[in-house]
Amino acid sequence: MMRRVLAISLVCAIGALLVFTVSNYLLPFGTFPQRKFENFENQSVAQVYLENAPIAGAGGAGSANVVTSIVWDYRGYDTLGEATILFTAVCGVAMLFRAAKEED
Amino acid sequence: MNVDYIVAMLMISFGLYCLLIKRNLIKMVIGLEILTFGIHLFLISMGYREGGIAPIVTGTNPASVVATMGVDPLPQALVLTSIVIDVCVTAMLLSLAIYAYKHYKTLDTSELRRLKD
Amino acid sequence: MAGMTLIVKTASRLLFPFVLLFGIYIVLHGHLTPGGGFPGGVVIVAAIVMLLLGYGAEAAKAKFSPLQASVSENIGSLILVATGLLGLFLGFNFMKNAIPLGTTGNLYSSGIIIPLNIGIGIKVAAGLAVILYAMLTAFEEEKK
Repeated sequence: MMRRVLAISLVCAIGALLVFTVSNYLLPFGTFPQRKFENFENQSVAQVYLENAPIAGAGGAGSANVVTSIVWDYRGYDTLGEATILFTAVCGVAMLFRAAKEED
Repeated sequence: MNVDYIVAMLMISFGLYCLLIKRNLIKMVIGLEILTFGIHLFLISMGYREGGIAPIVTGTNPASVVATMGVDPLPQALVLTSIVIDVCVTAMLLSLAIYAYKHYKTLDTSELRRLKD
Repeated sequence: MAGMTLIVKTASRLLFPFVLLFGIYIVLHGHLTPGGGFPGGVVIVAAIVMLLLGYGAEAAKAKFSPLQASVSENIGSLILVATGLLGLFLGFNFMKNAIPLGTTGNLYSSGIIIPLNIGIGIKVAAGLAVILYAMLTAFEEEKK
């Protein structure tokens, strides 16, 4: 009983702190692309990606979907690493249940 | 009034509560999933532009409209990767839970803590 | 695991090709519409899960055995790496978009993205099928 009251009060405190952090005092909503840190007006990488991705030539990806061109063309190596993570998880699950099948 | 941020923080709080209070292994995994969903929602709604459209070039939105009115495409690419990693972690957790149930015949963590054979 | 009633069996058997076609459409149009390889692979494995739930594990294993799923996952991974090495052989760095880019908006555009989407779609579908077969039929022999 004491443990339950302690856990509920801790979760309420953390929740109140999080909601205060994202309220309009500290984090104004819809902040792309003008960030309010120093003088960081029009220098964002995402703006460069939005302008250059549909161009079918040098420096562009030639695809209509900007998110897919970021995932596969500009950052293709990270997606190869993610395919490795998927392969490792499948290997782990198959290995666990192969040991269970040969146990009996 | 940013409703998206507040809902994401509430989801994180609910997931944390479910992870702390419940004693069934499957319910703890569900709490972890809700926590991860809240984090993804917060990351995507950080890239919103006022009156923005989706960053896809179609017939009605040519390339110039997408360059001036499109929302931020970078958090969406990051969350795409994170969702796949979350699926892999959940698969490993659930297979360990199946293994624990087969060996100890119970899923209660207060019973599992005594490690009887 | 055993199958379900007659209504579920008939509905899953009738809906199976349409769900498969929808998954392949999402994978192939990854550079034109939202989606791509990862959601497309999950929709393809949802069609196999429909058969698994409706007819039981034995009938589903007769159609798509775990050995076929394991080999398909390796084929998808090899497509991914081979497409990356293509850029290396043409004179640029690894995974460079070096084959000719068509016009933006057609089905053939953005060179290297289509084979990559196909590879990751096959890999995700086969990987999730292996996980599901392992989890659902693991501890069945001791019940017999």
